[in-house]
Amino acid sequence: MHVTFYISSAIALISTGMVITRLNAVQALLYLIVSLLAVALIFFEMGAPFVAALEVVIYAGAIMVLFVFVMMMLNLGSTAIDQERRWLDPQMFLGPVLLAIALGGEMAFMFGTAGTVTQAITTVVPKEVGKSLYTIYPVAIELAALLLLAGLVGAYHLGADRPGREDQHITVGFEQRKKPVKPVVKERNL
Amino acid sequence: MNAVPPEQALMLAGGLFLLGMIGLMVRRNIVFVLMSVEIMLNATGLAFVAAGARWGQPDGQVMVMLILAMAATEVAVGLALVLLLNGKFKSLDVDSASTMRG
Repeated sequence: MHVTFYISSAIALISTGMVITRLNAVQALLYLIVSLLAVALIFFEMGAPFVAALEVVIYAGAIMVLFVFVMMMLNLGSTAIDQERRWLDPQMFLGPVLLAIALGGEMAFMFGTAGTVTQAITTVVPKEVGKSLYTIYPVAIELAALLLLAGLVGAYHLGADRPGREDQHITVGFEQRKKPVKPVVKERNL
Repeated sequence: MNAVPPEQALMLAGGLFLLGMIGLMVRRNIVFVLMSVEIMLNATGLAFVAAGARWGQPDGQVMVMLILAMAATEVAVGLALVLLLNGKFKSLDVDSASTMRG
């Protein structure tokens, strides 16, 4: 039957369950990457090789690297070296590595038997996807471009390190709650 | 060996979506909340590909590409918010930013 599908489904479900139950964020990220790779394999089995490649390159590649970068930025400080030592502990990455090895074996099996096993599956080749994307859905591309531009501007605005920002709109709102309101107002009047 | 049955693929997508939603509701760490949202978006993409594969049409894959663009945007803005939250409250707890009484 569809043994490869069931195996990768089980791996996806197990690793997703591990993601939402881990206490350590980096370990959860490793499991999330395994989950995404399992879903990519399922895409490939369902005859969508282009999306499977995109899943690996963009999701498991770019987006997860962004997550890892932010995790590293949050942990700057004197405890960083201890933390890295703990991350290098085999217990941290043993589970994700084992699941990833199982996925890799499955993929090798699928490519090894490509002629016989995947024959009956109707594969939608990238050419058809591109044709459909640029003839039927050009407005969707425009919308995606607009969305990416908005995300770019938003991330730049939120992440910009402006001097004097702390005294401006955002912090004042929180500080006023903690302190009595009057001194702040007086300072402003002066 | 024939193609993967679409019902089972949809069931898997539903299971992954449910796990993501449980994570979203249970965890209070904003990084885990973002990861759960990613899981849910990914499950949605799986449902789209399953439906597209059922009819042998490329439309499902086109939708997954749009979901990818949206997920990338969401993560970029969300992680910028994570850094802001960490800088302002020295904590990753989403409940620490509750001054709007939401």
